[in-house]
Amino acid sequence: MTAAARSTAHSIVEASPRVKTVAGAVVVLYALIAILPLLWIAATAFKSQSDAIAYPPKVIFQPTLEGYVNLFTVRTRQTPDFIARLPPAMTWYDKLVRKHDMVIAGPSKVVPRFINSLVIGFGSTFLAVLLGTLAAYAFSRFRIPLADDLLFFILSTRMMPPVAVAIPIYLMYRQLNLTDTWTGMILLYTAVNVSLAVWLLKGFIDEIPREYEEAALVDGYTRLQALRKVVLPQAVTGIAATAIFCLIFSWNEYAFAVLLTSGDAQTMPPFIPFIIGEGGQDWPAVAAATTLFVIPIVLFTIVLRRHLLRGITFGAVRK
Amino acid sequence: MSAIIHPDAPVDRIGAQTTFRVARRVHGLSDRNIAWLFVTPTIALLLAINIFPLVWMIRLSFTSLNLSMSYLPLRFVGLDNYADILSDEDLWVRLQTTAQFVISTVVLQVIIGFGLALLINRQFRSHSFWTTIILLPMMLSPAVVGNFWTLLLQPQIGPFNYVISLLTGLPPSSFSMTGEVALAPWTIVLVDTWMWAPYVMLICLAGLRSIPDYIYEAAEVDRASAWRQFWSITLPMVTPFLMLAVLFRAIENFKMFDMVNLLTSGGPGSTTELVSITLKRLAFEKWRTGYSSALAIILFVTVFGAANIYVKALNRVKQR
Amino acid sequence: MRKSASGRWSKWAGGALALFAGVALTAVAVQPAAAQSKQLTLCWAAWDPANALVELGKDFTKESGIEMKYEFVPWTSYADRFLNELNSHGKLCDLIIGDSQWIGGAAENHWYVKLNDFFAREHITMADFVPATVLGYSEWPKNTPNYWALPAMADAVGWTYRKDWFARPEIQAEFKKKYARDLAPPKTYEELKQIAEFFQGREIDGKKVYGAYIFTERGSEGITMGVTNVLYNYGFEYDNPKKPYQMQGFVNSPEAVKGLEFYKALYKCCTAPGMTNAYMQEGLDAFKSGQVAMQMNWFAFFPGLYKDPNVGGDKIGFFVNPAGPQGHFTQLGGQGISVVATSDHQDDALRYIKWFAQPKVQQKWWEIGGYSALKAVVDAPGFPKSAPFAPQFLESMGIVKDFWAEPSYAQLLLDMQKRVHDYVVADKGTAQQALDQLVKDWTKVFKEQGKAVASE
Repeated sequence: MTAAARSTAHSIVEASPRVKTVAGAVVVLYALIAILPLLWIAATAFKSQSDAIAYPPKVIFQPTLEGYVNLFTVRTRQTPDFIARLPPAMTWYDKLVRKHDMVIAGPSKVVPRFINSLVIGFGSTFLAVLLGTLAAYAFSRFRIPLADDLLFFILSTRMMPPVAVAIPIYLMYRQLNLTDTWTGMILLYTAVNVSLAVWLLKGFIDEIPREYEEAALVDGYTRLQALRKVVLPQAVTGIAATAIFCLIFSWNEYAFAVLLTSGDAQTMPPFIPFIIGEGGQDWPAVAAATTLFVIPIVLFTIVLRRHLLRGITFGAVRK
Repeated sequence: MSAIIHPDAPVDRIGAQTTFRVARRVHGLSDRNIAWLFVTPTIALLLAINIFPLVWMIRLSFTSLNLSMSYLPLRFVGLDNYADILSDEDLWVRLQTTAQFVISTVVLQVIIGFGLALLINRQFRSHSFWTTIILLPMMLSPAVVGNFWTLLLQPQIGPFNYVISLLTGLPPSSFSMTGEVALAPWTIVLVDTWMWAPYVMLICLAGLRSIPDYIYEAAEVDRASAWRQFWSITLPMVTPFLMLAVLFRAIENFKMFDMVNLLTSGGPGSTTELVSITLKRLAFEKWRTGYSSALAIILFVTVFGAANIYVKALNRVKQR
Repeated sequence: MRKSASGRWSKWAGGALALFAGVALTAVAVQPAAAQSKQLTLCWAAWDPANALVELGKDFTKESGIEMKYEFVPWTSYADRFLNELNSHGKLCDLIIGDSQWIGGAAENHWYVKLNDFFAREHITMADFVPATVLGYSEWPKNTPNYWALPAMADAVGWTYRKDWFARPEIQAEFKKKYARDLAPPKTYEELKQIAEFFQGREIDGKKVYGAYIFTERGSEGITMGVTNVLYNYGFEYDNPKKPYQMQGFVNSPEAVKGLEFYKALYKCCTAPGMTNAYMQEGLDAFKSGQVAMQMNWFAFFPGLYKDPNVGGDKIGFFVNPAGPQGHFTQLGGQGISVVATSDHQDDALRYIKWFAQPKVQQKWWEIGGYSALKAVVDAPGFPKSAPFAPQFLESMGIVKDFWAEPSYAQLLLDMQKRVHDYVVADKGTAQQALDQLVKDWTKVFKEQGKAVASE
């Protein structure tokens, strides 16, 4: 092919370089516009409080770690005399806080809230994946009576608005003393996640040919041993992908958390929008919390890019 | 993974079976026992957390229970709650608002998502990196998104109005995205689309990639124009995927609560008050448990019925 | 190829599980063991006075050895969060400083401990407290000697203004020319509107400023707490004083309609842009950043505003809620402190209340930023001079009026929030329609409770 021909030639499947450039430009433009709000928030985490609410809004500003310090501490305002009489500030964050006539009074609640998110998120994910794997294996390998209906029933449990589901759960937990407990939230999130887990894992397990298990059974293994030695190793990718999607749901969930937790078991999503500074919302601290909270999910997304599609459509779409 | 999948293995093998009329006692538990052992915990959990509360809620919907006045005697009111709800004009307006939200967001997200998928499918260099960037908004907690967008949309101190004023010359403090009756409904559509257009894009990408090359090559041979190829090959083969995306987005946005509640509190007035927000206020601020249970049941029946019909249509399209 | 991919993923899966196990174990390990020292948790809203209370509470800890922990929630979700907590019989709070309007529900639902016996035992007399606060924060049913809280924070709606702008000669001259009277803090709402119009859009120190800041928040109670300040003074009544729960003709009287229309006119003509869902914090931000000449807000914030480096000191002035054609009232704020009935530490909690009720503690409470309701503090001769807003506070506490404190108050409040916001901010219907609808809403609520509601 001549150079000229090569530059315009294309099969319909492989686009010409010109088309590719235009497509690329449009997508890059969209991506840049879409990421601007996130960049603004990431930047706000490094602004001082007055910079964050300056009008007109500041694009160039003096960065400071106040937002992060405010996120992790509780401070009280003191008179300048009181501060002058204190022993000199030992650490960089003490110095930072004293510049504003304030003194650190203790750690804020963000770390316990983050731990709650971790425990409830990972706990419910673990349980949902465990129960889901077992149930999905059964649906895939055995003939369960009413399987179709059961599977649709499992799916339909996700159609109710969470606020609606919360009404009887609230009453139930009140009686059982499960409000504001790890157990209560883990049970609830597991129940919501297990439907996703069963659908996803069934799809993954369906793809593993039965011949391997049959061979193992013929060789004298029990069904359970066959499951452990043959099926599970091949389903590990699917299990990992399922786990990530369950985790994303539990991690970001707000409605149940705000209605059913209060102090001990409160997770990050109901905590972040209500971080208060002096008189108003502490935007740098909120931005700092948002940034820190999204990092684990972003990492997982990048790692499991290839399984993203399957997960968010309940396994209905495979790549 | 692909190496071991049979080329003609059916994609969905619901209810594939081993014979277990004849219980296979092969060392240890029989298959039948295992099946029940494996399925029961899941079903039990769902019964306890989903079905039992649902039944309780049905019972509650026939009462006048108000949790903040639980010292009042509980009255059975039969279908009064349902009658009240179905005859309440305001509630119908809420449903309308919700329906408008669902339709606008789904349409917009399909257009943008499909468009992006078509472009990304051209596989320009570093498309994978930019795709990941576009996916980021989806990863955030909707509640947190609603909250920080209030800062971004503030007329005086938020960047959004300033960017618009740079582009159009309107002074930044002359309009308020979340405060004006005409703009607020579109604002919630805008933020939701920012978050979820990538979702539709992913699904369409999968659809586009599932179309085998040889079909296009055959069309080239037949000298079909690019438009014709799009219309008779691309679109029909992506339609099942599009319909799936529409189903999932519609269900999610019907349930929408956290993002909108934190962005506008349902305001100004009630112009962006979605039905979930109304439900939350009824149940957890006014504490009218009986009444709100009835509304919840009505909503559930609506979504369930609609989804059922839609999935049947979707299956028919898939089989074509 | 299969093997290595599967091997890699197994490692990932194993790693993830190990991470989970590690986190869970760590979390369980660092979970605080049942506290050896005594502890009390006090629940309130997150605002300046709460920070002052933390300081004050250090004295209590020194005296009694009981450690104080606090749970502060922003105002916009304060009622939501704590009514949820009380309703779910939670154990989070031992002491709660609940809003004045919760008293009815708290009493009827037995969320609070009744304090009559405790007061008798410890010789705490309600007569020592400002009557309006006892009625508003403590009594249920109203006007009966049944006490469910100790008045803790006396508060009302007041106004701040930019004294420095009012003092500028060119501004004074221009105002006098336009309105034929001196520029001074307004005594009536008509005067306030004039001043707001005068400042609206004016350039001061190179920035455009606006006339007034008023409450418009939709979600919790904001716009109601703002509009009542105007409505009361235009003749709005909650019901017939001679016939309880008769609302027709009192909630939607022609004068009340005029009052509601006035609030909307003020909102449309003379406020800063974008204030469609604004309550306490937005007002503070607007005033502190120099956007408005006058600000409606709670007295609770005035100590902090007075200390503000940008607008405090000589730059700030205070005035009482202006009068209207039919009266002079202001919306009551403030809270009482109560013991939560489900608490496991009721004796310690009562000890805190006993300590808090002492005159010397109440005096310190006033000095560090709280608002005492004790007569000994506010009726002391030196009180009006103790702070620049003290005289206005005293005057306001004499003219306060409160919203319904019924057990169903949340429903009544949310109904009013909706109707008022729909009319004032979302331009739906007329003022008459809004108030007529409100009567219907409230009638429905009371009927469901079983109260007899007269229609005429």
